[in-house]
Amino acid sequence: MTDEYIISEIEKEYMLALLEQNKRVDGREVLQYRSLEIETNYIEKAEGSALVSLGDTKIIVGVKLVLGTPFPDSPNSGVITTGAELSPIASPFFESGPPSEKAIELARVTDRAIRESHCIDFAKLCVIPGKLVWILFLDFYILNHDGNLFDAAVLGSIAALATAKIPKVKVTGDEHEVLEEKVPLEIQHYPISVTTYRIGKKLLMDPTFKEERVTDMRLTFAFDEDDHIVSAQKGNKGVLKPDEVMPIVKQALEISKGLRKELMKALPSK
Amino acid sequence: MAGDGTEILIDEKGKRTDGRNLDQMRPISIKVGILKNADGSAEIRMGRNIIIAAVYGPRELHPKHRALPDRALIQCFYRMSTFSVGDRKSPAPSRREREISSIIANALNSVAFVEAYPRTTIDVYLQVLQADGGTRCASLTAASIALADAGIPMKGLIAGVAGGLINDTAVLDLNNIEDQKGSGDVPVGYSPTLDEISLLQLDGVFTIEQFEETLKLSLKGCTDIHKIQKEALKAKYIKIRDEVSVEVENLVGKTEIKEDIKEDIKEQDAKLTESTIKEDKEKKVEEPPLKAPKPVPEESKKEKVPEESKENPIQEPSKEGEDKTEVV
Amino acid sequence: MKIITVKNMSKTLIENHDIVVPGVLLAEGSYKYGDGIIREGDNYFATVVGLFLDKGEFIQVKALKAKYVPRPGDLVIGKVVEISLTSWIVDIACPFIAILSANNAIEKRFDSVNDDVRKIFDIGDIILTKIFAFDRTRDPSLVTNERGLGKLRGGRIIEIESAHIPRVIGKKGSMINMIKRLTRTQIITGQNGRIWIQGKKIEDELRAIEAIKKIEREAFTQNLTNRIQSFLSEKQS
Repeated sequence: MTDEYIISEIEKEYMLALLEQNKRVDGREVLQYRSLEIETNYIEKAEGSALVSLGDTKIIVGVKLVLGTPFPDSPNSGVITTGAELSPIASPFFESGPPSEKAIELARVTDRAIRESHCIDFAKLCVIPGKLVWILFLDFYILNHDGNLFDAAVLGSIAALATAKIPKVKVTGDEHEVLEEKVPLEIQHYPISVTTYRIGKKLLMDPTFKEERVTDMRLTFAFDEDDHIVSAQKGNKGVLKPDEVMPIVKQALEISKGLRKELMKALPSK
Repeated sequence: MAGDGTEILIDEKGKRTDGRNLDQMRPISIKVGILKNADGSAEIRMGRNIIIAAVYGPRELHPKHRALPDRALIQCFYRMSTFSVGDRKSPAPSRREREISSIIANALNSVAFVEAYPRTTIDVYLQVLQADGGTRCASLTAASIALADAGIPMKGLIAGVAGGLINDTAVLDLNNIEDQKGSGDVPVGYSPTLDEISLLQLDGVFTIEQFEETLKLSLKGCTDIHKIQKEALKAKYIKIRDEVSVEVENLVGKTEIKEDIKEDIKEQDAKLTESTIKEDKEKKVEEPPLKAPKPVPEESKKEKVPEESKENPIQEPSKEGEDKTEVV
Repeated sequence: MKIITVKNMSKTLIENHDIVVPGVLLAEGSYKYGDGIIREGDNYFATVVGLFLDKGEFIQVKALKAKYVPRPGDLVIGKVVEISLTSWIVDIACPFIAILSANNAIEKRFDSVNDDVRKIFDIGDIILTKIFAFDRTRDPSLVTNERGLGKLRGGRIIEIESAHIPRVIGKKGSMINMIKRLTRTQIITGQNGRIWIQGKKIEDELRAIEAIKKIEREAFTQNLTNRIQSFLSEKQS
């Protein structure tokens, strides 16, 4: 039909009328997330993987490890590359072709939460200092888009990383050999992304695809388990008053704690 | 694809690397309707292959000039995920992916009634989440189910499986190692109910006899897969029907309602017809925003819009939507 | 399995009310047949996933899922998605885009100089409309300049499988009227699967929606009216 989904006036008015009473179309509370399901080790051929479902939003995340050369300015660090694909499998409004701006933003915001939280220790991905490091490719594909991709992508990514295993490498002089034996990738921190969406003056979280079409502003914060903010991203065209920011952050932080518990429950115990 | 003498792909007991017999397929499981947004969808697991198929359409085609005046275009997009194989795959589409897309589209074209939807497109997306040999055939199996799940009329379902040659022996359903170390494969798409082959390729070196034997094996494999396809498509409805029959048992003797309802309906209908119509042809800002227009009485709709069988030359006596008294 | 012999040499191979899939051989011999069936010689095959209906001389497969295909005269619920100077493009949840031209929208003649289409219908508006014309060669065209048609206000919209709309309506509206009565809601059903619902309370609307979703899910089963009545009565108490 058209490139962008057009939400009908009736649906919009209905959502707004309900929000006035702090209610939502699907009966949820304004800050309530949909049910979270995570299936780890979905892809045996990936070093780590997870299929995450947040309500009807479904994302598959896979981790691949490739040996390569480090960046000159960080010779003792491994490298992470995050890629997102808004596959046309996921929505009638996604098209096949090179990554869209939306996909790039999604990948970069996810990447920041992982990188800045020091979720993984990049020094441990170094095999031969200055010469050989592990390049960690974190790729995810949206399989069904029903809103709040930002938070779901981080949940799925952390789940995939937390179950990832790195092959041991035997180094003799300049020679190296990748061994069969693998060790778990160590996770130092578990960042959680919480995106607050605003419709008019009302705030809500974890919107469905249709709710998202009505929001004018989104603000994503990722937190680590020590209550640090590790990344932020304001999205969409809406603007914020300075005094709006802190209440959003504090509320998001509280929500992140519950979500982290949910995530930890879903991860296989080590 | 040269035969490699050093690799033992078939042992002296006639067992293959994964313990299968020569004519044995890997285990298959199929789930239907796994994606909410797609019009039809399926996930197939065949051995370690995991593939998701989604169908969108028939829908409007962009750009319009590609539309066919008398039929729907079937477009297929076969894609491998970066993490689906041992070494990370580049995310850019390869020539191989394009070729597979086009042969699957051709196969689907042979069974779908594309004439039913002129000027539209039917988009079939195949995402390989994990590849372990034979993904094009498994993709075709899944795509044909997703098409049926999307409600697109079809002459029949297509099942796909590859036969192959290992050390001059014909085997069914090559896994990844066999695919790489064996001496050839024959991917086949076949519809048992139509007895039609809609996909056929060959890679490797075969004698005429070996080819014939391999093809036979593949066709037998397709026939077995077809049974699984049928069951997978029916599974959801059979489950609902079972649930309903439990519900019906619980209802027995509890309600005697039919007559009451009829009376109430008459009353309700009378009220509805009386209620006034709010003609709403122009935007009137001063109007209360939540005012509804008058619902059109259902009966008048029914008269104007008879049943599904309208197009049929035969007037069917029993009407749609009626609660049949004959209970099976 | 029971095999019913209808007349000389004609027989069905599938039980009445069985779920079938494309390609399944349903019957042999001489039958009148409806939707969801293709005939090859004396053989009748299913073309869709559906419910096999055997009415003696007449056989049919009722699809359990299908994109809505417009038919002239159908009442549908559309969403305005594009506007031009003298017409609207309307999404009617079908494979084709539908066009409503200004002259078919209002009763008086549309004056393209002085009238503003946006003041009649704007992007995002939901309209109750009728298929005026549609065939293989052209996209469906719509009308709203008839009694009862036009913009819908308030309420909410749900979408269900269009194949099951007749079941939601029921014989002479019996099902839909029962839902309206037991949930105290107003409901308008579009043949394209869109349904408009408005109640005084959200709880009433949600009950009506639940009932409709149940009909959609169980559309191919028997005795649905009784079950829905019981379902709604239980929910009420």
